[in-house]
Amino acid sequence: MSETVPKPDELVQIDYRPPVRDWMHTPVQFRRGTFCYAAAPKNLKYLEMPNPRDWQPMDEDWKLPENWREIILEGMRERLEKFRSFRLFMDICVRCGACADKCHFYIGSGDPKNMPVLRAELLRSVYRRYFTLAGRLAPKLAGARDLTVDVLKEWFYYFYQCTECRRCSVFCPYGIDTAEVTMLARELLNLVGCNINWAIEPVANCFRTGNHLGVQPHGFKDSIEFAVDELEDLTGVRVEVPIMKKGAEVLFIMPSADYFASPHYYTLLGYLLLFHHVGLDYTVSAYASEGGNFGLFTSHEMIKRLNDKMYREARRLKVKYLIGGECGHMWRVIHQYMDTMNGPADFLEVPVSPVTGTRFEHAASTKMIHICEFTADLIRHGKLKLDPSRNDHWKVTFHDSCNPARAMGLLEEPRYILRNVARHFYEMPENTIREQTFCCGSGSGLGTDENLEMRLRGGLPRANAVKYVRDRFGVNLLTCICAIDKATLPPLLDYWVPGVEVAGVHELVGNALVMEGEKPRTTDLRGQPLASIQPPEVTHA
Amino acid sequence: MHVLPALITVLLLVAAGYAAGRIEALRFFFGAVVPLAAVAVFLGGIAWRVLRWAASPVPFRIPTTCGQQRSLPWLKHARLDNPATGWGVLGRMALEVLLFRSLFRNTKAELHAGPKLVYSEEKWLWLAALAFHWSFLIVFLRHLRFFMEPVPAFVLALQNLDGFFQIGAPVLYWSGVIILVALLYLLARRLWDPQIRYVSLFTDYFALMLLLGLVSSGLLMRYFTKVDIVAVKQLAVGLITLSPVVPAAVSPLVFVHLFLLSVLLAYFPFSKLVHMPGVFLSPTRNLANNNRARRHVNPWNYPVKVHTYEEWEEEFRDKIVAAGLPLDKE
Repeated sequence: MSETVPKPDELVQIDYRPPVRDWMHTPVQFRRGTFCYAAAPKNLKYLEMPNPRDWQPMDEDWKLPENWREIILEGMRERLEKFRSFRLFMDICVRCGACADKCHFYIGSGDPKNMPVLRAELLRSVYRRYFTLAGRLAPKLAGARDLTVDVLKEWFYYFYQCTECRRCSVFCPYGIDTAEVTMLARELLNLVGCNINWAIEPVANCFRTGNHLGVQPHGFKDSIEFAVDELEDLTGVRVEVPIMKKGAEVLFIMPSADYFASPHYYTLLGYLLLFHHVGLDYTVSAYASEGGNFGLFTSHEMIKRLNDKMYREARRLKVKYLIGGECGHMWRVIHQYMDTMNGPADFLEVPVSPVTGTRFEHAASTKMIHICEFTADLIRHGKLKLDPSRNDHWKVTFHDSCNPARAMGLLEEPRYILRNVARHFYEMPENTIREQTFCCGSGSGLGTDENLEMRLRGGLPRANAVKYVRDRFGVNLLTCICAIDKATLPPLLDYWVPGVEVAGVHELVGNALVMEGEKPRTTDLRGQPLASIQPPEVTHA
Repeated sequence: MHVLPALITVLLLVAAGYAAGRIEALRFFFGAVVPLAAVAVFLGGIAWRVLRWAASPVPFRIPTTCGQQRSLPWLKHARLDNPATGWGVLGRMALEVLLFRSLFRNTKAELHAGPKLVYSEEKWLWLAALAFHWSFLIVFLRHLRFFMEPVPAFVLALQNLDGFFQIGAPVLYWSGVIILVALLYLLARRLWDPQIRYVSLFTDYFALMLLLGLVSSGLLMRYFTKVDIVAVKQLAVGLITLSPVVPAAVSPLVFVHLFLLSVLLAYFPFSKLVHMPGVFLSPTRNLANNNRARRHVNPWNYPVKVHTYEEWEEEFRDKIVAAGLPLDKE
């Protein structure tokens, strides 16, 4: 853990009293540890995005284009005409404050501009000034203000301090969705080259190589082969993973972290065992080698540019339909944007499980199903041979990832799987799960180390709920279905609730699967001996 | 602080209404012209607002899902909180508009030592909001008795219900009490809660105080300083039939009430009060979560620059060959 980050007992001294000074006249301070660094010019150039240059948010001069204000205002005008959500959300907020303490960043920082209402007001105040009669005539009374460089800096700071998790939108009486506001605000910032590298670099990598991490075809193949070898060592079963096999029934797309990062990797092992177990005719692609889409954290246009590869590759490989792996924002894109942007997928077929015959009518148009939907259906039909006792060393809880929960409603499928592959499953408190789930604090491109303090603050509500089940039930494993979660929750939990590890749901599936011809399993997929791992002592706090 | 300017503005409006009622030369203007103009502005303004919202398309289907999706038939689907059909959406919107479903979820987060975050039920905002809006509707409908002759049966029934306990003379209408208490609570909350106070703008206080002025002047006339009801009815019927008369017996307090209402109507379309029609158009609530079952069409979907497979294969040809992966173009 970085030296600059305060200790937990210091960090938790949060002052919720708002400053005396009016928010409109309190300029933003770029404090180290609470913001992300600027996008490198090479990435912007590669993507042909505006204003590539060397700069950093803490610089006085942001090297904006001369007519930056006109660019932003014109961008707002255009988007007000293109998105009903934008105009409506700018107009109808009554500032009732129901959203205020629903934001994990507000709870963890106490900064009033992290209250969703005020985050949106940062933009609304400018909207009112230039796009409403009242704001033009009487800016002060209407709550309007000029667009200045200070305001732009404030936008950058706070719109890259929102993880687009949509929790506030659940509580808003008008359904105002801060994620939508943030997405549009970031589009505006992108017009003048104010973006963060941790979002833009994955975008550039993904556009070029097919995945965020910039893994090239040979690297992709090596990773998959390594996993196959490792599975053979662990289970004695050699699985086959066809890469870019034309005519396969299913194209499987996972987040690249699954084949290149830990603990994601164990989830990959789980997928591979599962597909082998049921004899699925599938293929993976080194071209469409990314499920995630950091375009979602950049602009609608960028979502479409990156997402294009999925259908394009499905068409080239002549598969029947797609299955997608465990990834949160990936599923926001697939569920709510892909078909609209890059469909219709009329060259594919309605997904039908070749094992159970289940026809996934709910994916009849998009033709892509979530791996948890696929697996839950298999278990329900008794098609998997499972030994849940192999997960007895884990006391498991489940963290609903924001997007599958609030942009899809994939709540019960993973729970059903977990209850069937593990014997000790405990829910976190009700206000912190399902549609009320708390973000990991690092979503939407903010999971970088220079932003660590803010991530730890934003992750406090999630970690605190984990602490509750750790202390009460001895939970030692947090499962989730999101690649960003798997990357950022381990350091978060180490900081707030040491002793709890993080895993994908399909890692536990892989542990429990009794494979034909397997050797006696002495370890789990992590290579940890099955017998010797004991849950920690239960302490009642 | 925006409280004081808002209070002063409303007091000035009260004074203006009162003065107009006392100055003969202004009575017709404030008693007839202003109210009719205000209604015109209200109707025109709301129509303009709604048409303007409607003019912007809904490019993507972005419901906020608050329950289990409809996927596998054996999983219990949350039909109202995550509707998959038009009927489900209708139910969700009805709950939202009539019962403020989302606000009902409200909780309060508190950080205790430990650290321990505690989320407790917080229904007061929901209760006050619901009480205010419903009693406003009832009060509004009850006022139809001033505008219609004979008074419609449902208005009489509503009146009877509202005054069910037959307390006092004239009979106390509960809606009048509830709306006042609810408004006072909403104002007090805005003032006392430091967070809400911090985000509040002039318009937030102004709307509440304007409504408080409107309600108080009404209560004052009904229960304390009596006004000539026959004259008021003459005025009201004149307005609704567009043949306004302002009888001499209409007291200045009626002018206060009428003027505050006029301001409210005229202000409505240009303020946050447009949440009333707006809530019906909210794309996170009024769309079915059937995204993958039915394709949603974006009218401005345009081609973008992509990295095609052919370009990708060309760029990484050597590596694909070295890895022994298949090529499309040898």
